[in-house]
Amino acid sequence: MKEVPAAEITAKVAELCIRACTVLPPDVVAAIEAAREREESRLGREVLSRLLENARLAADEAIPMCQDTGLAVVFVELGEEVRVSGAHLREAIAEGVRQGYEKGYLRKSVVQSPLNRCNTGDNTPPVIHTEVVPGSKLKITVAAKGAGSENMSRLKMMAPGDGVEGVKSFVRETVERAGASACPPVVVGLGLGGSFEQCALIAKKALLRSLTDSSADPAAAKLEAELLDLINSTGIGPMGVGGRVTALAVKVETAPSHIASMPVAVNLQCHAARRAEYTWE
Amino acid sequence: MSVPEPSETPVSLTTPLTDKDVLGLRAGQPVLITGVVYTARDAAHRRMAEAIERGEELPFNLRGQVIYYVGPTPAPPGRVIGAAGPTSASRMDRYTPGLLERGLKGMIGKGPRSEEIREALKKHKAVYFGGLGGAGALLARQIRTVQMVAYEDLGAEAIRRLEIKDFPAIVINDCFGGDAYAEAKARWRK
Repeated sequence: MKEVPAAEITAKVAELCIRACTVLPPDVVAAIEAAREREESRLGREVLSRLLENARLAADEAIPMCQDTGLAVVFVELGEEVRVSGAHLREAIAEGVRQGYEKGYLRKSVVQSPLNRCNTGDNTPPVIHTEVVPGSKLKITVAAKGAGSENMSRLKMMAPGDGVEGVKSFVRETVERAGASACPPVVVGLGLGGSFEQCALIAKKALLRSLTDSSADPAAAKLEAELLDLINSTGIGPMGVGGRVTALAVKVETAPSHIASMPVAVNLQCHAARRAEYTWE
Repeated sequence: MSVPEPSETPVSLTTPLTDKDVLGLRAGQPVLITGVVYTARDAAHRRMAEAIERGEELPFNLRGQVIYYVGPTPAPPGRVIGAAGPTSASRMDRYTPGLLERGLKGMIGKGPRSEEIREALKKHKAVYFGGLGGAGALLARQIRTVQMVAYEDLGAEAIRRLEIKDFPAIVINDCFGGDAYAEAKARWRK
């Protein structure tokens, strides 16, 4: 049995929250740099240059790259041979989020209930997805998910007969409807299949993948490439000013589903694709 | 009337805005805004709408003013404000006509507005500017002073008075029905 003290988890989660909100991951920076190279629209290139400047400034001065420092969505891979000592895992993570958002001067953007809309004041509770996996590692990924792109995300229970063409239309329509509200160039997480709730979850998980990879499933990889072209033909461009780069990447995750179902979830991620992770080996 | 192509060079604007300022702006025109703007987003708009309904005074006189849709991060020591980029404007659409009727001249946000708002901008000679979404660190540098005005209990959503200097934005919806997002998309669509 490997033991991880809860206090250590709290300290690390606090650090991950701050890092996610202030330092854009290198693969995202590289994708925006590449986008600037291929963008044909002058205004679009200018927007991308400013986004890169913004990312540099945020990292250099340790200030959030965006004022919407998001809801903390935390993915946990908990090895079966790991034991958390001193406090419950969820409590340790929530305390880390509380400390990180306070110490990092991050915005407190969580309301206790949609029915009362009272701000909880410390950005808790986080959304925590825990998966128990074989082995003795503990991996925690913090994604700071802003509402601009999240609000424009959609899930639809399509019919199997709608086929890949139906899925493509739905994705395109979702991106077009979002326009500049989702802060393009976006990353598109597409969940296909599973049940209603699993579909949304795999769409979100797709957003954790590196922007440089493609799906190991050749059919999904093909769909990723086709959707990227389709989205980039809309003309929306960086922050909606027009251009060739509306999406940086499309990530497709599939799951087995019912013979009668074809759930489709499109989780949009803004260009400030913030995530940070740590693994206890 | 033919609408001239927007210039690539930013035009400098000083708030409060006059009818003349607004009439000179066309969708797609880059601008640099200097002067006072007021922050307000979802919760502050709801409160202002409730105040209007009750026949009460608003926390500031809207005449000629510009509202910036922003909920900044807390100011770290030595700074006047944290990150401060624009939020999506469409959520404020339902509250906006009442503010335009009371003299609001400009709004800074991101993302498209409704048909109703585009019409209201024509009627009230007002303008909607698009800021650089997700560039909160960079845009904060154009903010010189911050003063609490109202609804302090709302935290990031309170109304604050900001003095901004050369704040970059683009005219998205002008007072002639122009829509820079739609025009840009049509230009670049394959």
